[in-house]
Amino acid sequence: MTKGRIAGAAIVALVLLFALLGPILVPGDPYAQSLAKALSGPEAAAPFGYDHLGRSLWHRLAHALRLSPLIAVASVLTAGIAGLALGGIAASRGGWIDRGLTLLADSLLALPGLLMVLIALSIAPATAVGFWAGLSLILWVEFFRLTRATGRAVLGSPAVTASRLLGFGPGYILRRHLWPEIAPVLLTAAAFGAATAIMGIAALGFVSVGMRAPTPELGLMMVELLPYWREAPHALLTPVTATFALLLGLVLLAGGRQA
Amino acid sequence: MPLLSRALQAVMVALIVGVATFLMMQSLPGDAAFRIAAGRYGYDNVNAGAAEAVRAELGLDGPLLGQLLRWMGDLARLDLGVSLISGQPVWGEIAHQLGASAELAAAALLLSLLIGPPLGIIAGLNPGGWFDRALLVVSTALKAAPQFLIGLALIVILAVELRWLPAAGYGEPQHFVLPALALALGLAAVSARIARNAAAEAAASAWWRFSEGKGLSRNRTLMRHGLRNLAVPLLTCVGLQFVTLVEGVVVIESIFGWPGIGHALVHAVFSRDVPMVQGAALTLGLSFVIVNAMIDLALRRVDPRGAA
Repeated sequence: MTKGRIAGAAIVALVLLFALLGPILVPGDPYAQSLAKALSGPEAAAPFGYDHLGRSLWHRLAHALRLSPLIAVASVLTAGIAGLALGGIAASRGGWIDRGLTLLADSLLALPGLLMVLIALSIAPATAVGFWAGLSLILWVEFFRLTRATGRAVLGSPAVTASRLLGFGPGYILRRHLWPEIAPVLLTAAAFGAATAIMGIAALGFVSVGMRAPTPELGLMMVELLPYWREAPHALLTPVTATFALLLGLVLLAGGRQA
Repeated sequence: MPLLSRALQAVMVALIVGVATFLMMQSLPGDAAFRIAAGRYGYDNVNAGAAEAVRAELGLDGPLLGQLLRWMGDLARLDLGVSLISGQPVWGEIAHQLGASAELAAAALLLSLLIGPPLGIIAGLNPGGWFDRALLVVSTALKAAPQFLIGLALIVILAVELRWLPAAGYGEPQHFVLPALALALGLAAVSARIARNAAAEAAASAWWRFSEGKGLSRNRTLMRHGLRNLAVPLLTCVGLQFVTLVEGVVVIESIFGWPGIGHALVHAVFSRDVPMVQGAALTLGLSFVIVNAMIDLALRRVDPRGAA
């Protein structure tokens, strides 16, 4: 682990810790309004102040920071498993299966990633399931390419040929040859995938085609609070800072990807 | 051979768009025949008879597979029909929007190339120096910030606080600055890193030392030998960045009210205008394939060794 990765892991852990423990430390409701306090500053019951509808930003932020990472983790897990499986099949089978899957992956890369999410969302509007399906559909490509590239190199190596000749099956080769090569880069791919997912959810929320009000969601909070920038800069800065911190943490955790 | 695989990729892009939009059409609430009839004859002229005629003509009551084949057949003939919202032919609208998007994308790419690689080369020639480290911090922060967040920061600082530039609009040169900059900063962060690594590698190479040893100054070495070597990874990077650019165009256009294809895509999805979704997605995907095919060819010219 490099210094950057440790710092990244620490930032992500801090943000997630706030999301989990925030509402326990200061009990409250992200939907409860007290209009008299709209846009007012921090107080004991609402340490980050209030938004334009008099809802506690502390609680809205904590719930938003539960929603996006949860969708991101679910999508990365689905995409990771699918990408590993398909990449493994492509690398070991070769031939037209390999060519077909690679073509499919390359073509998905050519389309704007958010398109799949938008279409999934038009089938299941404003739901976590829609986001999960759309994001999984675009994120598996990275895992697939990674597994296929590593897999081809490993499966062609003399070590694997030796294992095969000794009579070991595909399960053994997967566990003892392929997995040790892929595992270290999986963390990088997963962190980038999670960052992509969180960015996508926030970006669509920001242009009002993602989650819908009154759900607390990072991008949605930003676009709701943007008109009140002059009256209450702290209100807009709350989701902006949190989103940036989370993404910075994930990018640092991913580590330097070589160009 | 590379052109053949790009052509296959283009066909595959069309297939994916076709299937995805077909699923979208199927999932829409209500009766597709009514919607298409409304698109054809206008909402005031639709009745059950017109809907039945459309249903019979398009085979909308047949099995799903037959509908899908018909749907893909229309797509193969590039017959996208008319927008369900504006009633105008999809291709006419797309041609209009593509111009606006291409302008914005070109401005952003140019701006990012003016910012990123020069800074990266300066940093790479003195690796480990203060400028190199500062650039690393700035580019890491910019890479972590999504484009819409950069756009938001630019609007708040340059448009709302300083009142230097309009926050949204289209038509005047000053309208270009904020959306192009919002896209360019993220791209520049990546191209600066790549230029930096390539420059550091070049400056440590044997041919660089030979060139300086024979008496060329550092600037002459960079100009005569360095730039062409740096161009190879940078060109590859520009090709990859086209994804980021297309993706960014979708979001940034919506934020800044830019009348381009990304804006159209988001609105079409929002208002369930399936023909427009199909047209916009197809155009974005195919232009990506075409740009990458051109970059494949350009790389061969820059680096005739055939390594690329």
